[in-house]
Amino acid sequence: MTTTNGSNEAIPTLQLLDPEGRRVTTRGTKGYRDRAAALTAEDLRGMYRDMVLTRRFDDEATSLQRQGELALYAPSRGQEAAQVGSAYALRPQDFVFPSYREHGVLQVRGVDTVDRLRFFRGSDHGGWNPNEHNAQVYTVVIGAHTLHAVGYAMGVQRDGTPHDATDGTAVITYFGDGATSQGDVNEAMVYATVNQAPVVFFLQNNQWAISEPTTRQTRTPLYRRGEAFGMPSLRVDGNDVLAVYAATQEAMERARRGEGPSFIEAFTYRMGAHTTSDDPTRYRTTDQEEVWRRRDPIDRLAALLRAEKELDDDYVAEVQQSADELGVRLRAGVRALDGGAPVSTFEDVYATPHGVVASERAWYEAYEAGDPPADQYAIAETAQGGAR
Amino acid sequence: MTTMAERTQTTSGAPAGTRTLTLGKAVNEGLRAAMRHDDKVMLMGEDIGPLGGVFRVTDGLQAEFGEERVVDTPLAESGIVGTAVGLAMRGYRPVCEIQFDGFVFPAFNQITTQLAKMHNRTRGAVQVPVVVRIPYGGGIGAVEHHSESPEALFAHTAGLRVVSPSTPQDAYTMIQEAIACPDPVLFFEPKGRYWAKGEVDLDAEVGSSTLDAARVVRAGTDVTLVAYGPSVETALKTADALAQEGRSAEVVDLRAVSPMDTATVVTSVRRTGRCVVIHEAPVFFGAGAEIAARVTEECFYALEAPVLRVGGFHTPYPVAKHEHDYLPSVDRVLDAVDRAFAH
Repeated sequence: MTTTNGSNEAIPTLQLLDPEGRRVTTRGTKGYRDRAAALTAEDLRGMYRDMVLTRRFDDEATSLQRQGELALYAPSRGQEAAQVGSAYALRPQDFVFPSYREHGVLQVRGVDTVDRLRFFRGSDHGGWNPNEHNAQVYTVVIGAHTLHAVGYAMGVQRDGTPHDATDGTAVITYFGDGATSQGDVNEAMVYATVNQAPVVFFLQNNQWAISEPTTRQTRTPLYRRGEAFGMPSLRVDGNDVLAVYAATQEAMERARRGEGPSFIEAFTYRMGAHTTSDDPTRYRTTDQEEVWRRRDPIDRLAALLRAEKELDDDYVAEVQQSADELGVRLRAGVRALDGGAPVSTFEDVYATPHGVVASERAWYEAYEAGDPPADQYAIAETAQGGAR
Repeated sequence: MTTMAERTQTTSGAPAGTRTLTLGKAVNEGLRAAMRHDDKVMLMGEDIGPLGGVFRVTDGLQAEFGEERVVDTPLAESGIVGTAVGLAMRGYRPVCEIQFDGFVFPAFNQITTQLAKMHNRTRGAVQVPVVVRIPYGGGIGAVEHHSESPEALFAHTAGLRVVSPSTPQDAYTMIQEAIACPDPVLFFEPKGRYWAKGEVDLDAEVGSSTLDAARVVRAGTDVTLVAYGPSVETALKTADALAQEGRSAEVVDLRAVSPMDTATVVTSVRRTGRCVVIHEAPVFFGAGAEIAARVTEECFYALEAPVLRVGGFHTPYPVAKHEHDYLPSVDRVLDAVDRAFAH
């Protein structure tokens, strides 16, 4: 398949499943087709299920924001194949550094649905323990986490983990087309290639950085950025869950074998708004949205499974039932999040006692108790002394 | 808590004793001791390998510990700190060298939005014990960006500890305590004092006492001079000059700007009644403003005069030809003390 960007340049793009859900057998893709063929029907149904649940999570979260229950939400609609497909290629020991829209990755990673909305609720700056799921919390400063991913991968190198496609450890970091313009992302690619760190740069090119089209970020196809830094780079149809899975698995195995970083551009489309605060009608056409609606990644996988007689109405109903349960649990769970007591603001600022935080907390607690001390710094001094 | 004696015995079997070292060499020895003690400690920075850093602070460390633990990084400061965050998440204790104060700003975002907040963002699940070493301050006749004092910018960010040694002994002990600390530490090294010599007890106990405890380096009764890093020497020289005038100055070495050991300062000022703060950084929104506010609130009825500040001006750090007029000198501190006594 070739697709075009604003320059009408034909760009080689790996596709294993066409928009109608038919397997594609292009020359030169046998290695990827073999990887996709190794997925069992059960695997594919699992992917379908996780994509549907991610879509439902998205709809529920958007509704919760509209009801005033979330401060903000960044929908992933349209990017389910890129996220679920790549996450299926990860192993438990691998570590994920997401941006803030990777709800499908976290779905596969097993991060609790309510925990995933703590950040957007405004009750947490993170929401889960990164070490429980080998998945870092969301990072909002664009591209900053890609350096953390490379550093983590440099640590993996120093740990002496086995150089093995299965038992080795690799890191994957997710970012968007806008992020490719950030200095940190470019520095991350320098550090990754110079050190041959076991990390995969997974770009979801959803074509929009809020209101700015990809043409405001680049004149060249973005996968070529990876090439320029000196790592294997590939563009895949980001709405084709099989191509995404196969490409990511290849790159992760390369990293686990100790053969260095890779770059994947998953070419996809942000079907929804940037966030619930955004208004895409101001900068893009409904015609374009309609074109991409016809390339819906979930419909595509469902068509494949139907054609191969691996998806019946019972299973669809079962997934629907799970989605309904997800919605019920999510709505109740989110409404129950309150961020804890106000004094919790003072917790975990430092890992060891810090005199300023200790004194301000002591004063605040006295103030809250209706007993504001006449001499703020007397209590401050005591607390500070106690902290030492 | 491990004493240096215990640490040394594991490697050489005998106490290391006391040596006369420059401040720069004391940091070097502190880094070496920390790396011998914990194999997760690693150094990252530009030109820190075979060259030993532009100030030779890492001299000989790559030869001893190898390229995996003493890493010559690409020339990108955000990358140094950003990858250090990831390494810390994987269990390492990276010590980053920023070549000069003025070059920390490409890493400012990583330090303030990521390094400082990671522990809080994860509600304590993740620790990022990263040390960022920054040679800072002026007086060495350098070109632009090589003489600045940006410590207040970091002290204003919760989640960071900001410290600065003034003596070889403190440099040796504090760098080890900074590395052992579970929190990120901005370690400001007074580059103008790198060649100053002092006795260093290499068996000194390494706990956490120097990271948030000021110390009275000279006792006095008439005025308290508060300083840290390179300005402690200026304060001591001022105290000498005052002694000749028959005035007794107490000198407090703050050691840390965050946290700030207000208690030690307040205890001193309650006795002396006068306080002058000295630092090379601009006084406008500088650490001295914080000290002045806290001392005023806490010592209001003990004060004979307003708290005064001596430091840099609200200008870019000047050209080298003019830096000695800009830096807080003994004369300017004496002028401030005179003003304090005139009240």
